Amino acid sequence: MPLATTQTSVPVVVNEAKCIADKGCTVCVDVCPLDVLRISDMSNKAYMAYDECWYCMPCEADCPTGAVTVNIPYLLR
Amino acid sequence: MDDLIDGLSEVSCDVLVIGGGTAGPMAALKAKRKNPDATVILLEKANVKRSGAISMGMDGLNNAVIPGYATPEQYTKEITIANDGIVDQKPVYKYAQRCYSIIEELDSYGIRFLKNENGDFAVKKVHHIGTYVLPMPNGETVKKALYRQLRRARLLISNRYMATRLLTGNDGRIAGAIAVNTRTAEFLVLKAKAVILCCGAAGRLGLPTSGYMFGTYENAANSGDGYAMAYYAGAALANLECFQINPLIKDYNGPACAYVAGPYGAYTANNTGSRFIECDYWSGQMMLEFFNELQSGKGPVFLKLNHLHGNTVSEIEKTLHNVERPTRGLFHQGRGTDYRNEMVEMHISEIGFCSGHSASGVFVDEFARTTVPGLYAAGDMASVPHNYMLGAFTNGSVAGEDAMTYAKGVDFAAFDPAEVETERTRVLAPTRREDGIPPNQVEYKTRRLVNDYLQPPKVTRKYELAKRRFAEVREDLEMRMMVRNAHELMRSLEAASILDCADMAAHASLYRTESRWGLYHLRTDYPTKNNEDWFCHTLLRKQDDRMASEKRAVQPYVVPIADEEKDLYDKQRIRASA
Repeated sequence: MPLATTQTSVPVVVNEAKCIADKGCTVCVDVCPLDVLRISDMSNKAYMAYDECWYCMPCEADCPTGAVTVNIPYLLR
Repeated sequence: MDDLIDGLSEVSCDVLVIGGGTAGPMAALKAKRKNPDATVILLEKANVKRSGAISMGMDGLNNAVIPGYATPEQYTKEITIANDGIVDQKPVYKYAQRCYSIIEELDSYGIRFLKNENGDFAVKKVHHIGTYVLPMPNGETVKKALYRQLRRARLLISNRYMATRLLTGNDGRIAGAIAVNTRTAEFLVLKAKAVILCCGAAGRLGLPTSGYMFGTYENAANSGDGYAMAYYAGAALANLECFQINPLIKDYNGPACAYVAGPYGAYTANNTGSRFIECDYWSGQMMLEFFNELQSGKGPVFLKLNHLHGNTVSEIEKTLHNVERPTRGLFHQGRGTDYRNEMVEMHISEIGFCSGHSASGVFVDEFARTTVPGLYAAGDMASVPHNYMLGAFTNGSVAGEDAMTYAKGVDFAAFDPAEVETERTRVLAPTRREDGIPPNQVEYKTRRLVNDYLQPPKVTRKYELAKRRFAEVREDLEMRMMVRNAHELMRSLEAASILDCADMAAHASLYRTESRWGLYHLRTDYPTKNNEDWFCHTLLRKQDDRMASEKRAVQPYVVPIADEEKDLYDKQRIRASA
């Protein structure tokens, strides 16, 4: 069976103006226990690549520039 | 992104610890301290810095046995009674004797515990009999403090490696493990003299009622990999029919009441605002009353704080909204709920395996030894009941020390190299397919079936249907699952662990033909407790490539229980006259 792409609204939001991933920072990516964040090849900023979030907060708490915000996933809100 | 790379390397160590959450780091630390010249490797599928159940911290110790407040004998008695007597007391008693020294050690790492004006630990009463709950006002520092100790001890940490199977030697001893990199899919063979499994709970077994797959009570990374690996290595697993089910805030995965808000006067209430349970301590009997109230016309069930003073509520919020589940305040804010003004709706969690709160897990003795020589287990996945975070630390240290002693006396066990190739073929099979079913759908279906058929009350006919459905999913998983990158490969392996745990949950539950532990093992076809035939543990293991269960006698008690004390936890419901 072929695969389809289904849209999903993801809970982790990165403020690209504040994110310093382009300077080599990978803190949020490193600390996520579910490994769902990545640095974009296009923008060189962090983003949520997989909607598999435990909304546990290390990415937000450990970000050195306060660029990461964790929201409650829509299905729980 | 997460491109697949073909690769295989090999390392050896004296002690291999799998899982870098709570028990694992402590086990590794103690093993290394026991013999600083030995090689200890700590393997973690995420990053040790923030992995495991205490990722963001913990709000307190739920089971601290502190001189002056409680004795090891009293604690052992309490845990025995709370588990309907099906307890091997030796490991519980050993924990109770050793946990205070671990508290002092954690204190020396800079983790602060609540103290009263005299400088003594401010321990609170939540359990039926004794006083064991110690709040941690800066509990958010626990993982960082632990990580500092690991760095100081110069432990070898391998992040982003997920162990997939254990290697057993030709002589039956443990020989090591096979792991795969979660970013590249490269393989690593780890030869080890002793292996300690610290992979946490099987927290992604049931599906949360919100339908969000990762909104589980347990850290969603804890997908039951340790239970599956132990099973395939031939280790025995104890009492898996004793599920974990917890009272939570409805739709949110935060715990509700007992340990944090309870000591301040909050309680669980029905829709009339009345208390209906005597003791909010999480036991199977308490969960059964909770479930009954939910089903009755008096449901839903609420967490009631609106009778408390505003300052008290603020104090509770400081812990509830900042430490263990820091998004909790955000959740309430989103719905406009304030503890001061209204009761907050609660619900029961999805099912899981977790000895932290129940009594199931990979069978271990008082040295954290499993039934496979050289293989240890500690923390939420090992069978020491109700051990929580402090149990993970304490039993992790027991495991680390004993494993190092064992490793000193043995050489590497020889294993068949063909095992590695067989495992690589199994793991990589979904990467070889052009077309198929993605792991998230395989996982969703498994977990939806778990909710439909395994969630108590347990009905024999439903369980038999579950086994058939699981077999169909297994065929899909083995023959048709496909992944496109290393991240999905990790999820596919987790989906396999989840399915293995679902099968074990069904098998273990059907074996015990009685009801016990309140809601955790409530069988409609066998509604009563049957001490004559079932006052025993059950052990599940792989025999001739099939699941088999057997009875195991409860070991003689170290701390005797008087007859009139045995049913203290059975009397949970507040009487009508009250």
